[in-house]
Parts: sequence; structure tokens; C-alpha cells
Amino acid sequence: MKLRSWFLLPTWIWVWLLFAAPFVIVLGYSVLTRGEIGGIEPPWTLESYARLVDPLYLTILWRSFVMASVATVLCLVFAFPAALFISRATSRRNLYLQLVMLPFWTSFLVRTYAWLFLLRDTGLINTVLQALGVIHAPLALLYNDGAVLLGLVYGYLPFMVLPIYATLERLDPSLVEAAADLGARPLTTVFRVVVPLSKPGIVAGSILVFIPCLGAYLTPDLLGGGRTVMVGNLVQNQFTTARDWPFGSAISIVLMAIVTLLLVIFLRRESESLV
Amino acid sequence: MLYYFYYSMANILELRRLVKHFPGQQAVRDISLSIPQGSFFSLLGPSGCGKTTTLRLIAGFEEPTSGDVLLNGEIVNQRKPYERNVSTVFQNYALFPHLTAQQNVEFGLRRHNAKDIDRRVREAIELVSLTGKESRRPAQLSGGERQRVALARSLVLQPDVLLLDEPLAALDPKLRKQMRLELKAMQRRVGITFLLVTHDQEEALSMSDQMAVMNEGRVEQVGTPEDVYLRPQSRFVAGFLGTVNWINGIGVRPESVRLNRAPVERGAPATVTGSVFLGDCVQVLVKLASGENAVAQLSRCDAAFQPGDSVHLAWNASDEMTLP
Repeated sequence: MKLRSWFLLPTWIWVWLLFAAPFVIVLGYSVLTRGEIGGIEPPWTLESYARLVDPLYLTILWRSFVMASVATVLCLVFAFPAALFISRATSRRNLYLQLVMLPFWTSFLVRTYAWLFLLRDTGLINTVLQALGVIHAPLALLYNDGAVLLGLVYGYLPFMVLPIYATLERLDPSLVEAAADLGARPLTTVFRVVVPLSKPGIVAGSILVFIPCLGAYLTPDLLGGGRTVMVGNLVQNQFTTARDWPFGSAISIVLMAIVTLLLVIFLRRESESLV
Repeated sequence: MLYYFYYSMANILELRRLVKHFPGQQAVRDISLSIPQGSFFSLLGPSGCGKTTTLRLIAGFEEPTSGDVLLNGEIVNQRKPYERNVSTVFQNYALFPHLTAQQNVEFGLRRHNAKDIDRRVREAIELVSLTGKESRRPAQLSGGERQRVALARSLVLQPDVLLLDEPLAALDPKLRKQMRLELKAMQRRVGITFLLVTHDQEEALSMSDQMAVMNEGRVEQVGTPEDVYLRPQSRFVAGFLGTVNWINGIGVRPESVRLNRAPVERGAPATVTGSVFLGDCVQVLVKLASGENAVAQLSRCDAAFQPGDSVHLAWNASDEMTLP
């Protein structure tokens, strides 16, 4: 075997051991019967999948899609101007990029807890607003959809900024000049030329944000306070409190299937529109 | 001369003592130029001479450090590119890759809320002979076709001045020669002032009504191609426009030199050192008695010389270039 092939070995181990094998296990669990105290037992059955049709679970699934979509759009709205600004900065570009990546220096869990301390009734925001006399009773900033969205957008914003920045940085500056030359004002240039040409970055960023948001469980758990159940929490619940591993596996498989299907349809349409 | 009939004496564009400094570099040092309406004007110079910066100052992509840009007699220094009625054909064409040829040409008209967009776009596409390729994207067009889209995209706006930044540099040599003629014919047809930036002297000489030769941020000479080629006012201009044999302080172009076996009245003795066959002509290399090298460009039948032959260089008095 050539030396070059050996370099692929870690990747193969990674893919088979940590991705393919767990996937096969989850797939297997999803068609088995629930054990007495968790775990799985024979016989083979598709009952877990049948239970998913319950409106209760469909609602949770739908809610998760809505939340992830809104979070993705919000990320896009905040990330695009930031990425544009960074790509046009001349001297401090690296500093700004470091700032975008700064949150990664701390664990996601710690950062989410930090939001808890900012948003709760006795948290910084409510305390300051009350001390200033702006409000008399604490605002309900925590344990609602807004708090979950805030946490999702905060957590995944860098994943939107970086791919968009990467495409903007490669954008030929003479295209922007040409637009101005032909009479386009700066905002028109952004919407008619810069945004369409940064589409690959927008697509990549949206995928990078949407998928983890869809499966998020930490943020809805901590900032949503259990009231805002997303599909990630549902899965977690089945494996812990409910002790229904087959059902948790079935939800995971269905979620994965839906995301894959959406991506395939979306990417196929993209590649067609490029021709 | 004939081509003076094509343009009026009114200046559509004027540069007054234009200066542009970049950190650590003086790109443009004191340029004054007047460009007559309807003319084909070239800025010729080596790379780094400030010609592209001058063009960018006129387009509004750069602000002058000092001096003025006047369009139609109005100072436009402070105006943004989208507020100036000039248009640029970029060296790489800068076509919008996500738009079709048609949409590229429409782009400017839509920004100006123009009327009759369909008709004007059709006419512009006809002018550059791209009818039938309207729905192609830049990636599906050849280099020459892309350039035509870039031309149509700018011309459709009927700018006061069309700025062309090395427009032929990206084309292959054969197409380049053909496009020279087409560009010139197109300029005559539409009557719009063309300002062309190039480092290729043949391009400037063959297309321009007037040209300015630039060097190190300054204009060395302005004039018609004949003026500049035959009566250069500096050694730089003489040398940049073609080879010059400097013989006792007098400049003679290789094509003006004859080689005689016998001594002549107006000439210089020399020894043949070699020759270069160029197809349509032969360049005979000689060494003058003074030790300097010179070149004579002769037709094939006049070039029967062997290295070591003693010859006498001869030329007509009217072909002598004397610098002021």
C-alpha cells in the first residue's frame, strides 16, 4: 500500500467508528422493543415509528423546524453586515476575525449559563433596569421562545459569519466598482451584486446553523426552561427519564432522514440554477 | 487633417494639475490634459506610470490628492462613481457572473430608471454583434464576447466619456488586432469620447486621434500619433514608441535606415554583426565606428549582407529626430 493511503487511515477510523457504527446502532435500536428498565429487547418492530405520527410529536417536530428556521434567518441578518464589514476592513481584518471566534475560547455550556445570569428575574438586565426605574417588576426574559432564539443565534452566529466572510473575501472588488460605475448606489450594489455572489457562503452558513439548531437541546433546556421543548429535548428525554431507547432512536432517524432529504432537494436545485 | 472633422474642439474632459499620492508612492504627479469631445484619446505608458490611477481618478474610484477633474466644464472631484456620467470597461471586464449578457447590459439602465430599456439594450447588443447570445452568462462566453458585453454595458448608458483600461490585453494577438479596428469604428459610429489606457504603443498609435505618453506619473508628450512617433520631445518618448538608433545625437528609426556599400553624404560607417529574420522584413544589426549598436529594418531583397561586411548607414534628413 502506498504511504499516501496510510494517511487516510485516521479519517477512515473516524468515519467508521464514530459515525457509521453509531448510526447503524441507532438504526437497529429504533426497530427493537423497549426494555423494562431502558435498553432494548427483541422482537423487531416498527412500533416506535408508528407512534411518531401522534400530533403531539409532530407539533414538537414542526416547532423545532420553525425555531431553527427563524434562528437561521436571524443569524443571516446579523452575520451578513458583519462579514461584509470584515471583508472590506483593510488593517484590522485579523483582529475582527479573532473577535468573531472569541466565544469558542469558552465552553458552550458555560456561555449558555452566562445568559441565564443575564436574563433571569434577578439577573443583570432586570436589576439594572429596575435600579434605573425603567421598570418596576422584572421582565420575563427567560424561559420563553425569545430566550431560546437568542441563545441559538448567539451560539451559532460565528458559523454564519465565517463562510460568508470567506466568499466575500474572494469577491472581485472590480465587480463592486463596476456596479458603482454603472450607477448603483452602495445599498443597491449590496443587494444586486454582493448578496447574489455570496450565495455559496450564505448557503453553507445556513446549513451550518440550521442543522445544529434543529437538533439543539442544551439551549432550549437551559433558556427555555423545559417549557420550550424542541426535538432535541424529546430525544434526550426518551434516553433518560422516559427510558424508551427505541422511540428516541426512531425520532433521531426520522430527523436525520428529513434533514438529508431537505439538503438533497435544496442542493440539487442550487446546482441546477447555476447552469 | 481628416480626423479633425470627427470631433469638435470643445473639451469634454479636463484634468488640471492632478496629483494622487498613495502611502509611500506618488502615482500621479501633476497631470494636466484636455480631451476633445468625440475623440479617441489614449494614455500610453509603461506599467506603474500612473495611467491606470489617472483613469480611476476620472471614474471616481479614487479621490485626487490635489488638482481637479472637470467633466463638461464642471469640477467633479467630490462626486461618487455613480454620480458621474462616465463609464469604465475594466481590464478583466468585471462582468456580473450571476447575470446573463442581457441582464449585464440592462444593469446600468435599470439603475438610472431609464425608459425604453428593451430597445436600447437590443441596439447595444446589436452594436457589438452579440445578437443571439443575450441569455448566456459570462462563463459561457469567449474572451472576445465578454469584452463585447462589457462594451455594450457601458455604451448603452451613453456616457460623456468611455474609459477603457487595457481593454485588449486579455485577448489573443490575432483577435487583439481585429478589435483595434472594431473599437475605432465603433467609436466613430457612436460618437462617444473614448479614453483608452494602454502600455502597447501599436495599440495607441493605430487607434488614437490624440495620445499622451506618460512616464513616472507625468505626461511626457501630447499629440497626434504621427507627432509623437515622428517628433518625440524626449528620449523616453522616442524609445517607448519604438526602437531608435542614436547616431551622433540624432535619432533615426530602424525602418528609416538604408544600408549602402559606398560612402554617402548623410551617413555613418558601420560593420554588419548579424541579422534577424522577421518574415515580412529583416533586421540587420550593425556596429557603428563609434562602437554603438544600431539596427536597420530592410525588406528581404535589400538585406543581402553578411556579418563582417563594411557598410554605410544612410537616411533622409526628414526622418531625423532631434530632441529639444
